[in-house]
Amino acid sequence: MGRNQSTLLRKFHQARWDEEIICEMSVPGERGILVPRVEREIEAEIGDGVSRIPANLRREKPAALPEVSQVRTLRHFLRLSQETMGADMTVDASEGTCTMKYSPKVHEQLVGNPGLRDIHPLQDEDTMQGILEVYYRLEEFLKEISGLDHFSFQPGGGAQGVYANACMVRAWHEARGDEKRSEIITTLFSHPCDAASPATAGYKVITLMPDESGYPDLEAMMAALSERTAGIFITNPEDTGIYNPRIDEFVKAAHRVGALCAYDQANANGILGITRAKEAGFDLCHFNIHKTFSSPHACMGHSTGAVGVVGKLGRFLPVPRVTLDGSGYHLEYDRPDSIGRVRCFFGNAPTILRAYAWIMQHGADGLREVAECSVLNNNYLLKKLSEIPGVVIQYAQGKRRLEQVRYSWDKLKQDTGVGTEDVMRRMADFGLQHYWMSHPPWIVPEPFTLEPCESYSKDDLDEYIAVLRQISREAYQDPEFVKNAPHNSVVHKVPSPGIDEPERIAVTWRQYQRKKRTATADPKA
Amino acid sequence: MSNDPVVYPYIPNSVPEIKARMLAEIGAGSIEELYAEIPTHLRFKGPLNLPEPILDEASIKRHVEQLLRKNRNCSEYLSFLGAGCAQHYVPAVCDEINNRAEFLTAYVGESYADHGKWQAFFEYASLMGDLLEMDVLSCPLYDGPQAAATSLRMASRISGRPRILLPRSMGEETLSVIRNYLKGGRDSALEVGLIELDPATGLVDVRDLRSKLSDRTAAVAIENPGYLGVIETRAEEIGRMVKAHGAELVVYTDPISLGVMAPPANYGATFACGDFHSLGMHLLCGGGQGGFIATHDDMRYVAEFKDLMFGLTETVREGEYGFGEVLFERTSYGSREKGKEYTGTTTGLWAITAGVYLALMGPRGMQELGQVIMQRSQYAAKRIAGIQGVKVLFPTPFFKEFVVSFGDTGQSVEQVNKSLLEHRILGGRDLSGEFPELGQSALYCVTEIMTKEDIDRLVTALEAVAGQG
Repeated sequence: MGRNQSTLLRKFHQARWDEEIICEMSVPGERGILVPRVEREIEAEIGDGVSRIPANLRREKPAALPEVSQVRTLRHFLRLSQETMGADMTVDASEGTCTMKYSPKVHEQLVGNPGLRDIHPLQDEDTMQGILEVYYRLEEFLKEISGLDHFSFQPGGGAQGVYANACMVRAWHEARGDEKRSEIITTLFSHPCDAASPATAGYKVITLMPDESGYPDLEAMMAALSERTAGIFITNPEDTGIYNPRIDEFVKAAHRVGALCAYDQANANGILGITRAKEAGFDLCHFNIHKTFSSPHACMGHSTGAVGVVGKLGRFLPVPRVTLDGSGYHLEYDRPDSIGRVRCFFGNAPTILRAYAWIMQHGADGLREVAECSVLNNNYLLKKLSEIPGVVIQYAQGKRRLEQVRYSWDKLKQDTGVGTEDVMRRMADFGLQHYWMSHPPWIVPEPFTLEPCESYSKDDLDEYIAVLRQISREAYQDPEFVKNAPHNSVVHKVPSPGIDEPERIAVTWRQYQRKKRTATADPKA
Repeated sequence: MSNDPVVYPYIPNSVPEIKARMLAEIGAGSIEELYAEIPTHLRFKGPLNLPEPILDEASIKRHVEQLLRKNRNCSEYLSFLGAGCAQHYVPAVCDEINNRAEFLTAYVGESYADHGKWQAFFEYASLMGDLLEMDVLSCPLYDGPQAAATSLRMASRISGRPRILLPRSMGEETLSVIRNYLKGGRDSALEVGLIELDPATGLVDVRDLRSKLSDRTAAVAIENPGYLGVIETRAEEIGRMVKAHGAELVVYTDPISLGVMAPPANYGATFACGDFHSLGMHLLCGGGQGGFIATHDDMRYVAEFKDLMFGLTETVREGEYGFGEVLFERTSYGSREKGKEYTGTTTGLWAITAGVYLALMGPRGMQELGQVIMQRSQYAAKRIAGIQGVKVLFPTPFFKEFVVSFGDTGQSVEQVNKSLLEHRILGGRDLSGEFPELGQSALYCVTEIMTKEDIDRLVTALEAVAGQG
């Protein structure tokens, strides 16, 4: 019997291997792999090689690594993979703001091609014309998609992209000799990195709270703007899925005081080909290439935060830049005004290659189809979830949302005591990924954020909806059952008392072992 | 050719009938209605100017493969490039694990449905901790240079001091990232001082270091092995000197050297950091980098890490392992701009791979690997030094890289490397831009994958090339 066709619910149980930590699997003498042996001639000529290391810098005691045969090592990590709910395995509308879209398998074959896999980033550029062409052409695509004039793909993720943008804002004001610019303004429903990355670049951060309808507050921003404002870092649509239709007024107001405007386009999936950074007047933007343009999210990276700027800021972009002239593609390093590097080499080539292929597979019509289907999916999900007891849709009543929605279980919590964390855990029992709740602070109480991007079918969404409806029903009937979830997942509830206490923090096995020994020796400790 | 709308295999609901049914369900007359919130003046008018799409899978594969064929790669060419991204052997099991769809496509899920991912991260940290003989690591950072930069910022936060000393011998790639990050200290940019390079040895000039150390020094960073390949033979002495001034010692290390070299903690490092690319990642044109920072178990240090940490604990079932976030408020996810720097999506899959690599290698594998690398690289250096007009600079012991000077051949490194290409060899990294004082020199890297035959082939080619001058 397959999935129950009337309830759409699965009788699911995730793999539960009760797997030990690899350090516990050690059998002295076992080997996972053998390494090349040196040739006799070399040994005769050179000797043991390691005697060259001064005695006090030689490793006397071998590292206390586990000794595990290859087959047992493989089995162990395969089991851990089975205990991981990759997006390929499920309907991952769960991880809102993350755009968990399908990453075509053919791209993985291309990343495994020796023409990418075995390229060294410091090779002579004549030997890298293919990959440089990919970089160059992708830059052309993103210029068109955003309307901005130049891009760099060096940053290794979205937050690092925002950081690079903050560095360029800093460089712009420094170049003008304007030393008063010490503040960045962002909004609460922009990603935390829009606050943290500029802070890392040395800025004081002012965060605007949403108004009663959930929109960024224009008057509050006007009041915050001054000759100290270096820039604004803002998302649109925000993490609530609400599009701010007055975004251009924010940008104009910031420009009036001499600030630059940076657009966090992590949420761009629903607006591809519909609206761009340029039309709203932004000076800088960044795309999370792995989200909007499809790259597997890889347990949190590798990834790319592509940064784009208008013409006047081009000279500040990280080096190297990929350029084209009559003799071919080049890596240009000699750019005196550049912010330098935020990451080594020139970015995560696998992500760039996949994004290039993905855009080539879609073209202008396809990108628009991506945007439209993601917005359609989201509004469908919104409609259906609004009918589930306990779900609250906060803000922007009567307005359409774009590609995601931040929902609330506030009513469920008040009615039953079951909160969003409980529901989140219970989802694992139905074969779904836990949904993303929200970054703190929880302005939306008992939040959960869903983004059913274009990769999910109507049937996928219907199953997803059925699961949340079922959990709501359970909460009203047997709240304790939900509160004690998960029941069919890899492990049971982790209350983690004292996980932050110095005597219990255990982020490595050696630390865990030592603290366990101490606790056993002195039970009161 | 039909004019039917395209149904995209990656967009299930691009089927027109389904779209219509969903629109009806939500009470919208058209897709356009869903965009009602975006005013006309903000709309992009007209279609994006992008190439005609390549819709079918066979053709896109062919298209991209044709582009990639324009590259020359390090399996068809013999490569001696390193400089932070060396070509080591990647065990098949590493690829098998990081190509698993479950790991490849997971993201930020909690430790129930994603328990395996959390455990794999914990094991990465544990095995790195074993290698480094340090207790505390966070989730990975973007790359080695950024890990070094964050270590230095951590050191400054801990000590409250403003000045950082870096070795002049550090590669431009790393230095540039560090300089950028140190511009944004909490109150003002951190000051950067460079410790001179001893031209005779390639090592840190200890006298210069002594003269620059003061009670304003937050941290001294050294590399071991250094960017120029050398083993920092006076590391222990440097460690004592730094400690005497109450400063932190940050050691940037190549983890693959630690089967034979002492872990930095043994000679006084309070931070060990670096890039774990060497532990099981392909070259990927620089896409296989990943950073780590390790410290001892001291809350002053633990509290300053900027990235997520996954701690081992128990579930409600006695004896069942579970994982949870440790000190979440430290991070910018928890506290926005009040967190320690910024965190985000970095290099999780590569960290898992590094864990698999260390598990496969075990203590003996790391030891034997370090040894064969040293033997082969010493053999290469010795043979190269025997070529007329070619010198190996620095008599200092090195791990896998060494500096070769072509000055006496009358050729530039650029010319030598162009000629080597004709022999299907990628010569060492040209240092003449980064270190003009070393003249026409290149950084050669030899790993365990280079056989005697490969090295002899390089030597024969170099003899031919050097003789052309």
